[in-house]
Amino acid sequence: MSTAAVHSLWTTAADPITKIPAPKIEYGQLSPTLIVLGAALVGVLIEAFLPRKSRYYAQVFVSVVALCAAFAAVVGLASDGYGTTKAHIAAMGAIAVDGPSLFLQGTILLAGLVGLFTFAERRLDPAAHGNRVDSFAAQAASVPGSDSEKAAVKAGFTTTEVFPLLLFAIAGMLVFPSANDLLTLFVALEVFSLPLYLMCALARRKRLMSQEAAVKYFLLGAFASAFTLFGIALLYGYAGSVSYARIAQVVDGTITNIDPALANTMGNDALLLLGSALIVMGLLFKVGAVPFHMWTPDVYQGAPTPVTGFMAAATKVAAFGALLRLLYVVLPGMRWDWRPVMWAVAIITMLGGAIVAITQTDIKRLLAYSSIAHAGFILAGVIATSKDGVSSVLFYLAGYSFVTIGAFAVVTLVRDAGGEATHLSKWAGLGRRSPLVAAVFAVFLLAFAGIPLTSGFAGKFAVFKAAADGGAAPLVVVGVISSAIAAFFYIRVIVLMFFSEPKPEGPTVAVPSPLTMAAIAVGVAVTLVLGVAPQYFLDLASQAGVFVR
Amino acid sequence: MENLIALLIAAPLLGAAVLLTGGRRLDRVGHWIGTLLSAASFVFGLILFVDLLGKNAEHRTLIKHLFSWVPVAGFQADATFRLDQLSMTFVLLITGVGSLIHLYSVGYMEHDERRRRFFGYLNLFLAAMLLLVLADNYLLLYVGWEGVGLASYLLIGFWQHKPSAATAAKKAFLVNRVGDMGLSIAIMLMFTTFGSFAFGPVLSHATQASEGKLTAIGLMLLLAACGKSAQVPLQSWLGDAMEGPTPVSALIHAATMVTAGVYLIVRSGAVFNAAPDAQLAVTVVGAVTLLFGAIVGCAKDDIKKALAGSTMSQIGYMVLAAGLGPIGYVFAIMHLVTHGFFKAGLFLGAGSVMHGMNDEVDMRKYGGLRTYMPVTFITFGLGYLAIIGFPGLSGFFSKDKIIEAAFAKGGTEGWILGGAALLGAAITAFYMTRVMLMTFFGEKRWQPDENGNEPHPHESPRVMRIPMIVLAVGSVFAGGLFSIGDRFLHWLEPVTGHSEGHSPVSAWTVTGATMVCLLVGVGIAWAQYGRKPVPAVAPRGSLLTRAARRDLLQDDFNHVVLVRGGEHLTRSLVYVDHTLVDGVVNGTAAGFGGLSGRLRRLQNGFARSYAVSMFGGAALLVAATLLMRAV
Repeated sequence: MSTAAVHSLWTTAADPITKIPAPKIEYGQLSPTLIVLGAALVGVLIEAFLPRKSRYYAQVFVSVVALCAAFAAVVGLASDGYGTTKAHIAAMGAIAVDGPSLFLQGTILLAGLVGLFTFAERRLDPAAHGNRVDSFAAQAASVPGSDSEKAAVKAGFTTTEVFPLLLFAIAGMLVFPSANDLLTLFVALEVFSLPLYLMCALARRKRLMSQEAAVKYFLLGAFASAFTLFGIALLYGYAGSVSYARIAQVVDGTITNIDPALANTMGNDALLLLGSALIVMGLLFKVGAVPFHMWTPDVYQGAPTPVTGFMAAATKVAAFGALLRLLYVVLPGMRWDWRPVMWAVAIITMLGGAIVAITQTDIKRLLAYSSIAHAGFILAGVIATSKDGVSSVLFYLAGYSFVTIGAFAVVTLVRDAGGEATHLSKWAGLGRRSPLVAAVFAVFLLAFAGIPLTSGFAGKFAVFKAAADGGAAPLVVVGVISSAIAAFFYIRVIVLMFFSEPKPEGPTVAVPSPLTMAAIAVGVAVTLVLGVAPQYFLDLASQAGVFVR
Repeated sequence: MENLIALLIAAPLLGAAVLLTGGRRLDRVGHWIGTLLSAASFVFGLILFVDLLGKNAEHRTLIKHLFSWVPVAGFQADATFRLDQLSMTFVLLITGVGSLIHLYSVGYMEHDERRRRFFGYLNLFLAAMLLLVLADNYLLLYVGWEGVGLASYLLIGFWQHKPSAATAAKKAFLVNRVGDMGLSIAIMLMFTTFGSFAFGPVLSHATQASEGKLTAIGLMLLLAACGKSAQVPLQSWLGDAMEGPTPVSALIHAATMVTAGVYLIVRSGAVFNAAPDAQLAVTVVGAVTLLFGAIVGCAKDDIKKALAGSTMSQIGYMVLAAGLGPIGYVFAIMHLVTHGFFKAGLFLGAGSVMHGMNDEVDMRKYGGLRTYMPVTFITFGLGYLAIIGFPGLSGFFSKDKIIEAAFAKGGTEGWILGGAALLGAAITAFYMTRVMLMTFFGEKRWQPDENGNEPHPHESPRVMRIPMIVLAVGSVFAGGLFSIGDRFLHWLEPVTGHSEGHSPVSAWTVTGATMVCLLVGVGIAWAQYGRKPVPAVAPRGSLLTRAARRDLLQDDFNHVVLVRGGEHLTRSLVYVDHTLVDGVVNGTAAGFGGLSGRLRRLQNGFARSYAVSMFGGAALLVAATLLMRAV
């Protein structure tokens, strides 16, 4: 410690007290997040003070109102021009309010709303002792198979805590893609991850599997978070700041005033490369890119299906948003370093997801691998490093999230005595028994496969076009090849549903309440609208494709 | 006003969607929903028509841009509609006649338990046909074109429990596919030649392209038209398509489907004008088909099949006229409209006869029906007079103009084409008189069937009679309305262009010759079927008659040349496919499958090995990033 520092320590008391200025917070611009967080807190209070009977209705009401209000706030901000001309950095440099943020927040909120509908579904499981129940455990804390679990089931308990948990997760996801410094990024990451870990453990049926999935997700998620945190520390050492803008300046070499305390490490490229690689790794874990994907199938399979659908859609949107901002705002100066690496990741992700999906026999695992392959396709758009790349990824995410939630919602409908019948062999001949459900699922599968007139085609086309224009033509070739491989297993399910004889003791298709019907209908509608007339939404994504720096 | 164009299509499309997804709860009202939406579309059409009439002839084109579908540099696929005089004419015909057929079907399909579905398909048919004629580019037209193909497949095979109906639907679909291929090739050629497939650029720059390319485009368009409009050599589906319910036949033959080919040729007039060889091919196809259909029509004892032959022949007239270029375009469309009236009327009349005769279609088992069903007799009779070209009725004006135009083509071609058209008129008079005499005149020839049920011919309910009466009125007056003062010519001229030919014979001579042909045809028919009683079992007949009964051996020809030849080709292709292609494909699939199975084992369920994989991945990521800098 230098003498000057020691001196200052001893003399602090003698200095006149300077008031710490109150931080300037633009509450209006942060309102989407604040509304959702506030509603989540109200949800906690509901759990504490309302009688058990009325909690479900109160929770659903509060959540729906909050999500709608937050979406209205996003639309309001966008129409005020915060997505384009008035885009700026709010909350003392912590949060960016710009086109990509608002677009992704809107997508997350809508996906969250549709996901909420599937959470609130109470007609699929047979009533337990006269009480309507949803897909979540009667009492999460009771040991599976224990007497206390039986008592909870008999008493007709339901875990209404999922609604505040969902809202907390959504709030974290809203911040994640708009975080403008590394600490906010990390806090947001944890805010949305922890509720997800919990919700994964809450399945009413197959509870052991659900808990196993949650533990795996938690362990690996914590592992990945540790990498991210380490990376953040290294980047701080490199730039002397956690602010995106500041780090970008150091990377570009445009910084003038160097903090003398950090002069030794600042600008040390080894720190930059290590740090950014580790942070990117944490984000790649969240999007489920190979080789950080291995949690995906196990967790998707074990988690309650509504949670899986929500998680598969919204996590991907949030994590890709954060990844885009990191690569486009913080690290554009070193794109010659990260682009080749991301090329490799995108290629093995596309191929790996598509190839392993071929031999899957469980519909939820199949969709998990399909989501891995899709992460690869989206990465191709990320790598384009152009404005088109951003807007194509935004469009892709919007289309993909509704297809995903819709597809998982259909999975909740096909049931047998043991709950959801997720083994593929049980889906044989579904088209004969329930042509409408099978047809809807076929629409989703075709969208996953990227067949024209579905959102999947428009999205894939936009992403590949951006990648090809951005000089990543070989990536597009690999993308098209893996699309062809992927088409095999999507079409195989369609063939199975429509051209196989139904089995005698096959599953039945439950008739859901209007909630799940709405979720599926929204999925189909978005898929077709974005497929048939994508232009308006492409324009919207294109307008929203500029990051504020 | 432009928004109405979209509504025009949206109304029947909505009907199709509601009726096909609405489920059984709509069974009781479904047919009225379908009819109302079709009528709504007609009303929109009328409003637009009045609007167009209020404008100057040059400004009668409305464009409605709906949206662009995935625009890429140089590839512009827009959903844009164009309403001009040509498409307006079609819109009124499609929705007007279509609505009448809807109304008629309410009665005709009353006892069919799948009536709601039937109306859904009818609405879909109208929507697809409207899309076809309103599209502003060939790609959107192609969407409607395929939609028409789909709807016709569904409707022809509506009674799918009958194997013959299912086969007929399949045949219509397959033969149409051949034509569709022509259209898709034509569109591709247009794109490579003009860099666009919108009507504007293609048609206005047609003269700048080389004649070879234009001829290729023209021939491909002709192939497409042959498929949809049942022209030789793709005519074989039309007769079998009679397996569909009779209102479907009326719809296909009068208002939709078969008129699409004529529309395509007239719309693409600029291409054909610049490609005389393609134009010649069009006239040849038209002339051959008009004789072919007429001959087939002479030999059929099935009332619907006789009428089907007649449709083929009349469409042949239109195609012939369309092939004549600017001297014929207007008359092709005029004949199309008048034909829409009388052919719809004739089919609805035939349906009414069948309705009263326990669905019997053999004319040898009819006879003397005029006293049992007077309204049907009168309306059918007026349609009959119109189609043979009785002076003053619709067919007289429109067909006469086509014959004149054929002579006006000039040279040897003019004489041949004009002669064929004249001969066709005589044969038309013969076979239509034959249908008339066998059905409504003479002694009753029906017998009790094996269960002892004797048909009790009776007049059809009012809901079926009204459309027949309206159509009969149209059959009588439409031609005069269009021709006197050349109203139709002036209306359509700005779109299609028009030029007077130099006929080697005067108009009055042509009219006189046509009258003579007509009298000869009617006379021969009277001598054969009016004076002598009609045998209940068909006589063996001459070689030509027997060939004509088998549709002039078209199916035999197709079987020997296409099916056998195709089988040989497929067999050798299958061999190559099995050994070579499948080897590669299965090898690849097995390769990926094996790889998938092996990679799958990495996913062993242990969180520890997942963590190791993540750790390894992170190490690789870091190493690769550092390595990139080092390189």
